Amino acid sequence: MLTVLLLLWPVAAALLLHFFKGRTARVAAFGAALVEFVLAAYAAFIFNANNSGQFSLNLPWIASAGINFHVGMDGLSLLLVLLTAFLVPIILLAAFRRNFENESVFYALVLFMETGLIGVFTAQDAFLFYFFWEVALIPIYFLAGVWGGANRAKVTFKFFLYTIVGSLFMLAGFVYLYFQTGPAANGLAAHNSDLASFYNLNLPAETQAWLFWLIFAAFAVKMPIFPFHTWQPDTYTEAPAPATMLLSGIMLKMGIYGCMRWLLPVVPLGVDRWQNLVLILAVIGIIYGAIIAIRQQDVKRLIAYSSLSHVGLMIAGVFSLTQMGLQGASIQMLAHGVNVVGMFFIADAIERRTGTRSIADLGGLTRQAPVLTVCFLVLLLGTVALPLTNGFVGEFLLLAGVYQYNAWMGAVAGVTIILGAVYLLRMFQRVMLGPDSSFTATFTDLTGAELALLVPLIVLVFWIGLFPNTFLHLSEGSVLSILNEVVKR
Amino acid sequence: MNSIILLSVLGLGNLFLGFRRSNRLLLPAAMLMLAVVFGVNFLDWGTTESFFNDMLVVDNFSVAFTGIVVLTALLLLPFSQKYVHDGEANLAEYYSLLLFSLVGAIMMVSYNHLLMLFLGIETLSIAMYVLAGSDKRNLRSNEAALKYFLMGAFATGILLFGMALVYGATGTFVLRDISFAVQNPVNASLTPMLYIGMLLMLIGIGFKVSAAPFHFWTPDVYEGTPTFFAAFMSTVVKTAGFAAFLKLLVQAFPAAAAQGLWLPTLTAMCVLTLLIGNVGAVAQTSIKRMLAYSSVSHAGYLLIGLVAFNGQLEGASANGVFFYSLAYSVATVAAFGVLKLVADARMREDYNGLNGLAKTNPLLAFVLTVAMLSLAGIPLTGGFFGKFFVFSAAVENGYIGLVVFAVVMSMVSIYYYLRPIIAMYMNDPDATTAEPVPVSAFQSAALLLLALLTVVLGVLPGLVSGIL
Repeated sequence: MLTVLLLLWPVAAALLLHFFKGRTARVAAFGAALVEFVLAAYAAFIFNANNSGQFSLNLPWIASAGINFHVGMDGLSLLLVLLTAFLVPIILLAAFRRNFENESVFYALVLFMETGLIGVFTAQDAFLFYFFWEVALIPIYFLAGVWGGANRAKVTFKFFLYTIVGSLFMLAGFVYLYFQTGPAANGLAAHNSDLASFYNLNLPAETQAWLFWLIFAAFAVKMPIFPFHTWQPDTYTEAPAPATMLLSGIMLKMGIYGCMRWLLPVVPLGVDRWQNLVLILAVIGIIYGAIIAIRQQDVKRLIAYSSLSHVGLMIAGVFSLTQMGLQGASIQMLAHGVNVVGMFFIADAIERRTGTRSIADLGGLTRQAPVLTVCFLVLLLGTVALPLTNGFVGEFLLLAGVYQYNAWMGAVAGVTIILGAVYLLRMFQRVMLGPDSSFTATFTDLTGAELALLVPLIVLVFWIGLFPNTFLHLSEGSVLSILNEVVKR
Repeated sequence: MNSIILLSVLGLGNLFLGFRRSNRLLLPAAMLMLAVVFGVNFLDWGTTESFFNDMLVVDNFSVAFTGIVVLTALLLLPFSQKYVHDGEANLAEYYSLLLFSLVGAIMMVSYNHLLMLFLGIETLSIAMYVLAGSDKRNLRSNEAALKYFLMGAFATGILLFGMALVYGATGTFVLRDISFAVQNPVNASLTPMLYIGMLLMLIGIGFKVSAAPFHFWTPDVYEGTPTFFAAFMSTVVKTAGFAAFLKLLVQAFPAAAAQGLWLPTLTAMCVLTLLIGNVGAVAQTSIKRMLAYSSVSHAGYLLIGLVAFNGQLEGASANGVFFYSLAYSVATVAAFGVLKLVADARMREDYNGLNGLAKTNPLLAFVLTVAMLSLAGIPLTGGFFGKFFVFSAAVENGYIGLVVFAVVMSMVSIYYYLRPIIAMYMNDPDATTAEPVPVSAFQSAALLLLALLTVVLGVLPGLVSGIL
């Protein structure tokens, strides 16, 4: 029931938001998101890490077709639900800084999207999963397309087309799997689409080999993995800061989560067949994203490419099919969410004050803004994966996982840490240090409200870095059972 | 049957209302009549009765499809409000023609005798010929009416010729007897005649539902026909046509030998329709013409429902066609409704006429967005489940190649369905589009209801998905 409450509350709040205008809408939206976070935190509090499939509910949805509204959480779902519920209030706060036209609609869309995201992370039925997968897409299309930069129409169209085409392939894959399943529990339909029935299918390796690409297409675009990434830097740059945070902080985790939950255990033989290729693509993405990031002049674009590079590592970890790799991906999803949202917020804070995102135009912010400098540095070091920060735990586990699969790939992927330090520290040096520019002469430090927004993120940077077990033990059971499903066949 | 009697009587009564020379009464009266018919129709649910010596059979199938066409007409009526204030418009006649054409549509979904099918099609079509030309001072409307009439008459001829040949070969007009005669031919030498007759009938109905290659009249006729009646044409006519189509195939030609002939024919028509409809829509600059091509493409998706034939008027195939028709009708009425309001106010029907509509009329923009997403088949809307049910029925019967092709085509369709959304939300208003479009509270309510219905169908498809 708790899951259903988590799903219904944001969408109900989004509908009610229609009655508020202007400032009240902001506050109401933020309040609703806080309530959601409290609910999620409560779920985490009463969650029993030794059991799988909690807070679940299974109702007939399209009874005549054996499709159920089946939701529930295990540790992995819970981590991502927590991440979503934690980041959405922060993203809403970040949006407070800008005066958007039609505010109530803007905030309603963010809340609506929260339902879609939580739905993706809790769905236990293939068609329900697909449904929420697309529900999350519609609000972000409008968030980026309506409130975005000058080039928004073209860029968001490309984004929409890429993702929907990927998703349709996934749907085709699910429909095929659906027809391989046995009768539904209600006896009305000849098939059912429950996750558990998909796990129990024993399809021949040849079938799984092509099914793999159908299902993987949607995840590959969303994450995105090289070479399906071309929509990503443009969309991240053109979308308004809150939408970029949603995209990078939460939405790309849909792809990684999808791989863990709906790809590895469903078509393990297909994964076995293509594992090497995906790992090679992921490693290419790591290096490619990092090298392009070094050349970027636009702060937002630089973070976008850095995100591409970091996602590559998570994909590599997942496809290493080792416990360390999957655990690393679980914790790195949290860490990356925290860091990238913080980084985009600081990029946005700088842009709002100076009117520019170009690295060449900036410089010497440290003198005017020491608080901002410290926050930026902490988040940046978290991204670079300095020990004791959140990034370190994830990257260490991920690299160890990849190394277990193939030492050479582990070594090449490890270069990401060096390259990451190169482009991030270079950016820091040129933006925060050095001489003032004409844009930065009147720069002001973070306001109390902005700091209040960054503090929870910074707390998490250290929390995950120092006590990773708080989170790792939650996902351990799920990761083991996923790997168990993979090995079983 | 109740609905046919009621609609005929009410249609006549409506004509008498017109003598009062007061148009204000007519719209509420017509809506009330349709609401009553919609309710009365469902009294027949669960029963199977036949009338006029088995010429008409009222069963769940016909009640369900009657429900769609009556509901569509009911939801469409609020957009005729402009005519209410136009003293020149012959409102009573328009409404009566609509009511009578619904009688034709209901005959088409409940026929059991080919004569009734013919009568139904003609009752529906003749009303539409007149309504297509109802904007009598507009040359394009005249042209549309003439074109529709000539093409329609031609198609009717072909249909009638087909029926005659089928009669000649089987000696009967009753669906089940035809089926029996097809399976147990008395005289084998008549078989070619039977099949030629069957194919001619397919062509005739294919024409009415604008399936390629018999679609060519659609864009021109839609463009010239007043928007209100074009909406009627693309929803009621298509729904009734497909129900009739399904009934014909299931009840008269289920035999394997007949299937061996019509199945490849329909599959080819389906592929061609999807291709022409979707690719044609991409190239349009007028939204009305885009909707016309889109209507052709939806005929293609519905044809998949026919191809996924299971030999019954229930189960996956019939349910798919039913749900698809319902979702498509609701979304199309919403799209045409918004288009009509915008086109009346701004006198233009191109994409740029929608620029900045989200700022001037958020409600219109929202409803059109929901409609476009539904037509494109994006989840959260009825259109998604329409496609989903039709495609699953086809996959179940092994038509994977056809479904893959249809999926690729629906990817193409996203391109043209997103264009109005981009114009409304992401383009700034220009000089001609800065003023808000006037919308009455009544129309707003109707539009909201349409959007709501689309979303309900998309979130709780189980409410109606398995009723057949």
